[in-house]
Amino acid sequence: MASILTNLFDGVAYGMLLFVLACGLAVTLGLMNFVNLAHGAFAMAGGYICAVLVNQSGWPFFAALPLAFLGSAAIGIALERTLYRHLYSRSHLDQVLFSIGLVFMSVAAVDYIMGSSRVFIKLPAALEGQIDLFGVGIGRYRLMIVVICGLLTLALQLILAKTRFGSRLRAAVDDPRAAIGLGINVPQVFAFTFAFGCGLAGLGGALSAEILGLDPYFPLKFMIYFLIVVTVGGSSSITGPFLASLLLGIADVAGKYYVPKVGPFVIYTVMIVILLCRPNGLFGRTAAR
Amino acid sequence: MFNRRKMLLWGAASAVLGGLCAGVPARADDAVKIGLILPMTGGQASTGKQIDNAIKLYMQQNGDTVAGKKIEIILKDDAAMPDNTKRLAQELIVNDKVNFIAGFGVTPAALAAAPLATQAKIPEVVMAAGTSIITERSPYIVRTSFTLAQSSTIIGDWAVKNGIKKVATLTSDYAPGNDALTFFKQHFTAGGGEIVEEVKVPLANPDFAPFLQRMKDSKPDAMFVFVPAGQGGNFMKQYAERGLDKSGIKVIGPGDVMDDDLLNNMGDAALGAVTAHLYSAAHPSQVNKDFVAAYKKAFGNRPGFMAVSGYDGIHLIYEALKKTNGATDGDKLIEAMKGMKWESPRGPISIDPETRDIVQNIYIRKVEKVDGELYNVEFATFEAVKDSGKTKK
Repeated sequence: MASILTNLFDGVAYGMLLFVLACGLAVTLGLMNFVNLAHGAFAMAGGYICAVLVNQSGWPFFAALPLAFLGSAAIGIALERTLYRHLYSRSHLDQVLFSIGLVFMSVAAVDYIMGSSRVFIKLPAALEGQIDLFGVGIGRYRLMIVVICGLLTLALQLILAKTRFGSRLRAAVDDPRAAIGLGINVPQVFAFTFAFGCGLAGLGGALSAEILGLDPYFPLKFMIYFLIVVTVGGSSSITGPFLASLLLGIADVAGKYYVPKVGPFVIYTVMIVILLCRPNGLFGRTAAR
Repeated sequence: MFNRRKMLLWGAASAVLGGLCAGVPARADDAVKIGLILPMTGGQASTGKQIDNAIKLYMQQNGDTVAGKKIEIILKDDAAMPDNTKRLAQELIVNDKVNFIAGFGVTPAALAAAPLATQAKIPEVVMAAGTSIITERSPYIVRTSFTLAQSSTIIGDWAVKNGIKKVATLTSDYAPGNDALTFFKQHFTAGGGEIVEEVKVPLANPDFAPFLQRMKDSKPDAMFVFVPAGQGGNFMKQYAERGLDKSGIKVIGPGDVMDDDLLNNMGDAALGAVTAHLYSAAHPSQVNKDFVAAYKKAFGNRPGFMAVSGYDGIHLIYEALKKTNGATDGDKLIEAMKGMKWESPRGPISIDPETRDIVQNIYIRKVEKVDGELYNVEFATFEAVKDSGKTKK
């Protein structure tokens, strides 16, 4: 019983991590209709920013996390203004080719600057080990991930649903022409959203170094997981990717625990079954554009 | 008219032919070229860098002339992709006319170059790749690294004798991982041990959590681990996070996981892990102390077992050339290498005359803190271990 709950908890933590990493992609792909395969590169940037600050400059881990967010967001907005915005109106194939090229460049650049070996972030002692909660082993680090990611999800949902910016964004997505006519600065809204998504990825990258490992091949290795989350969740809201991440995280952990021989395939099987039943993802809108 | 034209044509043809012949450079008699093919980029880059460093160090210490010939190293990066290895080996042999090919970070790379070595009749010195079969693929292959069977069988024997009865295994699902598992299992179960749980993790595995939980629940005395060098750190961290160290489950395995290159970054989680391997930077011999000191001075970090394999590889090439008086005939060089013995930083080693594979001591080591740094401290020695992957046949 205890190990079932521990597994469930591990699955939730893993799913939450996937969500923070991938929700930026859900935003660019679903809301802005831009295929950005380079999303993982921003996550990697965040991870390395955090690693350099903590390991080399001696920052505390919790102070470096917001910096990972801001740093990746800054890189995101710089690239959006200089490169990405020229491709919004181009075909999806152009976007794919462009962003995959960006991935390879980022891999080579990080390999050159930081070296190709894995990087670890020195964690405060308070985050190491497990705590025992009614006989259920709960990893402290994973608990922190669940808390941070849970709060972020709530905040995102509130921003989208309740704030003025959220309604502008939804308006800009639903009908850009009408939104411009109403005086909404659509390019600005998109740029900000893009940067925010990159920042989230950066934060996710910093958080995932401990669990997924951080090396220059990060964007390539995990691209497939981000895409699975977005396709399964449907890309029209953030609730979809959130539930999809949780489902995939739990299925992946449970699959590897109970049937280790076929464990790695569980996540793909789940994806195929869901897509067969609901081709637009769990929460896809069939009429979306 | 016709004749004149024909004559002109012949003249032109012979001129072209003559030019061609003159254009082919005569093989320089005073230089020996070594084509070094290593992964210098990509996930295996640390292997390549260590070997390249070690060879540079050796040549600094011993000069670049042997038996009156100048040694020239041509370094190529194959990023551990066997297709690249094959193409580069071919270019080196055909265009650069190298006398040796050497390096080879992973098994598929070493295998890809094997037929070329046979065809060109030049020695292929394997300095990293560790699967048993490699030296059987060409009579021109000599190995100075190790085979996985060497360390995995020894740790199996050691575990049985030291009160470890139940073992759970966690190995990466690829050729070296499967090799390590098979050899360990053979020796461990033959000695009366029991495997209570066997898990193969996918090579591109993002998270060890579920597998580790399974290990924990099967309550073994120890877990046998083999994951690619880069993943060792993540593994040890999650092992400690899950409290496996406190529940008394030891980590044992071949020493690749506790590579000196990475050990210090793993943190205290690695303390107490017992592994069997060919080399530790803490090996207490004068030769090794000098080697470690020189390597640290030149490159600013600690040499790992890959560095030692490269260092011994170039030493073997130097000694073979001395024995042949600088003759670069492939067959003579291989003959010269067979049975060669010397004291390496890792301890006494030799080249098995029958298999052209390495014979070396395997040490049982435990991770301990020495002067604030983590080291594999050797505490038991199995002497002159041959590759049991081959002696079986």
